[in-house]
Amino acid sequence: MDATARTERRTAGRTRRILKDRLRTIAPFATLVFLVAFFGIASPSFLSFANLQNVLQQISITGIMAVGLTFVILCAEIDLSVAAIANVAGVVIAFFTVQDSSVNIANIPLSGGWAILLGFAASFLLGGVNAAATTMIGLPSFITTLAMLEIGAGICAVLVRGQIAYAVPPLIQTLGSGSIGPVPWIAVMAALVMLISHLVLRYTRFGRYVYMVGGNREAAEYSGVNVRWIVNSVLIISAVCSGFAGMLGVAHFGSAQQNEFDNYLLDSIAAVVVGGTSLFGGSGGIGETIIGLLVLGVLNNGLDHVSIDSFVKILIRGLILLAALIINIYAQRLRESGATA
Amino acid sequence: MEGEQPKPLLELRGISKSFGGVAALREVDFTLSEGEIHGLVGENGAGKSTLMKIIAGVHAAYQGRMLLAGQPVSFASARDARDAGIGMVHQELSLVPQLTVAENVFLGAQPLTRFGTVDWPRMRREAARELESLGIDADPAAILGTLPLGLQQLIELARVLFSGARIIILDEPTSALSPPEIERLFSLLRRLRESGRSIIFISHFLDDVLQISDSVTVFRNGRRIAHAAVPTIDKAWLIENMIGRDHGELADSYVNRVELRGRPETDVALEVEGLSLTGAFSDISFRLHSGEVLGIYGFMGSGQLELAKSLFGRRPAERGTLRLAGRPVRLSSTSRARRAGLAFVPESRRSMLFAQEPVYKNVSIAILDHIHRFMLRPARERTIARARIGDLGIRPPSAEIRLGALSGGNQQKVALAKWLTRQPLVLILSEPTRGMDVGAKEDVVRIIRKVRDEGIGVIVISTEPETVLSLADRILVMKKGAMTREFAAQSVGKDELLAAA
Repeated sequence: MDATARTERRTAGRTRRILKDRLRTIAPFATLVFLVAFFGIASPSFLSFANLQNVLQQISITGIMAVGLTFVILCAEIDLSVAAIANVAGVVIAFFTVQDSSVNIANIPLSGGWAILLGFAASFLLGGVNAAATTMIGLPSFITTLAMLEIGAGICAVLVRGQIAYAVPPLIQTLGSGSIGPVPWIAVMAALVMLISHLVLRYTRFGRYVYMVGGNREAAEYSGVNVRWIVNSVLIISAVCSGFAGMLGVAHFGSAQQNEFDNYLLDSIAAVVVGGTSLFGGSGGIGETIIGLLVLGVLNNGLDHVSIDSFVKILIRGLILLAALIINIYAQRLRESGATA
Repeated sequence: MEGEQPKPLLELRGISKSFGGVAALREVDFTLSEGEIHGLVGENGAGKSTLMKIIAGVHAAYQGRMLLAGQPVSFASARDARDAGIGMVHQELSLVPQLTVAENVFLGAQPLTRFGTVDWPRMRREAARELESLGIDADPAAILGTLPLGLQQLIELARVLFSGARIIILDEPTSALSPPEIERLFSLLRRLRESGRSIIFISHFLDDVLQISDSVTVFRNGRRIAHAAVPTIDKAWLIENMIGRDHGELADSYVNRVELRGRPETDVALEVEGLSLTGAFSDISFRLHSGEVLGIYGFMGSGQLELAKSLFGRRPAERGTLRLAGRPVRLSSTSRARRAGLAFVPESRRSMLFAQEPVYKNVSIAILDHIHRFMLRPARERTIARARIGDLGIRPPSAEIRLGALSGGNQQKVALAKWLTRQPLVLILSEPTRGMDVGAKEDVVRIIRKVRDEGIGVIVISTEPETVLSLADRILVMKKGAMTREFAAQSVGKDELLAAA
């Protein structure tokens, strides 16, 4: 009798501990289920197939950026230049593509492949500058990438000079705005980036280092891990992902111009954090980011399907973000108190 | 001796204090006279700090009585003690390096104008006057952090004096100072004594204590063991009282004597020549043979912990050369040091382990590049971790358990375990047994001996004489950043180590 009671209590204790440990991942998932159910009931058009396609398309660009950011945030760093670098890559491929005669931005059209390569090279380079300033000069990544945000915007401004370019290389055109059967190519690309990143983070040595550096940088240093190299790598991965998202985005929207992706910075950070990746590094992953993306995507899309004052929508989004952040910090405290006990 | 002293300013009677059932002070009496510099010595954990914290109002709950100028007092907080004229200068300065000297002197008590804003001109003026009256040569407008440490310490002292302290407690004030800086501090202390202030001077540096103090009190195991006027005592007397050789405790000190094995006839694993790092250590040279345990002993702040970090590439030395197994190496980062064959376990567990991760990931982190080319092979990691768990007797014997759930001693074993799968040439251990219970300590000693016998050169760095005595084949002593003495193939006791440091 006594023994059963004790066992029960122990089981209850264990369940509570698992819940505590998993709070960061359970809460976003519960939010997602709740939002889908809510909008599904509130609006019949929300759960239609066409709308599902919409949601996927809407979150794809954010998704690719958020994947790169996941690497950075897992390392307990931040990248505020994702949207700016996306913009640079998008503008660069347009810059090296023959434009309509009314658009006067470049005189050196290259074949599509070269333009795409230059787009990637530009993002790699900017990511490299972020990395060098952070690890070699020792600036906090928050500051480095804030400067890069301005630099990126400046590069775009210089390249397009207030104009809007419409033509992009055909390959990017297809990947950004075409679809195979019912599935938009851009969603396939996002899924591919997510899958590769997930495999890298979970199953490679590099991925392990990312988690360890984020979990306890000093311990990683004292274990002889090349921390500098890991931080460099995540900042470059983030920049390259952003560049890819930017190129697809330009094709998706059908135009390349200044400030095109400005809204995407906060959305991609929000997706990572809402999903439950720790802002302090070391825990989380691509799975979490996907949930975060879906929460934001469903929220953005669903709010359009119900009749709410469009000004209130912004407020609702803000409140949900705040709630997610509070859960993130709270989960971190629980984890820490659990670790010392 | 105490009878002939003039007016007692501060008297403590029968002070006892325990923490969670462990007695830190037992029935301690202590008397501080007016205009006296009173030295306080004792080993780590002897009770000096606890007593000072009681005087400074940090610990409010204790048994016993405290009299200030004949009146019973009890301080509920550090603020109460400060208001009563008791000030403390801690080993870690409590100043703000980003602010100016004047702002630091007035920290928390800035003079205000009638509009309630800070009266800057007055503050600078008064700070300048205060510093001048103390003979401290510092520009009140200078940013504190840019000044040498010795000067910063004098400024902290000025701040304590400015807040009206009659009794000043100095905790290890000389450990980070150069000889001229110490001389400057001492001349200031003597002037304060002339002006009737009383000073309690706590230090491990016995020469310094004997030089400045009028009388010295010795603590051991929470008891006041002895008190004597300085002209009548010497360093040997202090050491004897600190570690308890007299009073029939000879047996105890006999146990503390150790026969060092000395240098083995093996190849040199690590050769260090002229290693220097500003503010930490200078001109360090030694040789470590494979298959020996070299102990490096010194008081807190003697530079030996920094030396360890520097050898592992964490803070590369500015000058000097390193040779590993005869090959010259430049260790500019920890990853290079690891690949060159060095291994390091730092003194703080927080900075060597991943508390959130399972044991096996903590064990494999230092050898991931040897067990995996690109993709992880967790099964192999677990096998390796289980082998180490068995070798080292880690409890509970699970590779999956989260590291944070292990006891301190077992965490320490995991920190060792991560370096023992691929054997390094040189293993550097900083405070390897600190804060461990006896059983875990013995386990760690056994592991280190085994590693040595397998031919690894081991360096054990510690601020506790027992640690180096129980582990080392040869002992080097560091003092204020320099190597001062070597003990090899001889009998050595704690007293000799303390005397050399």
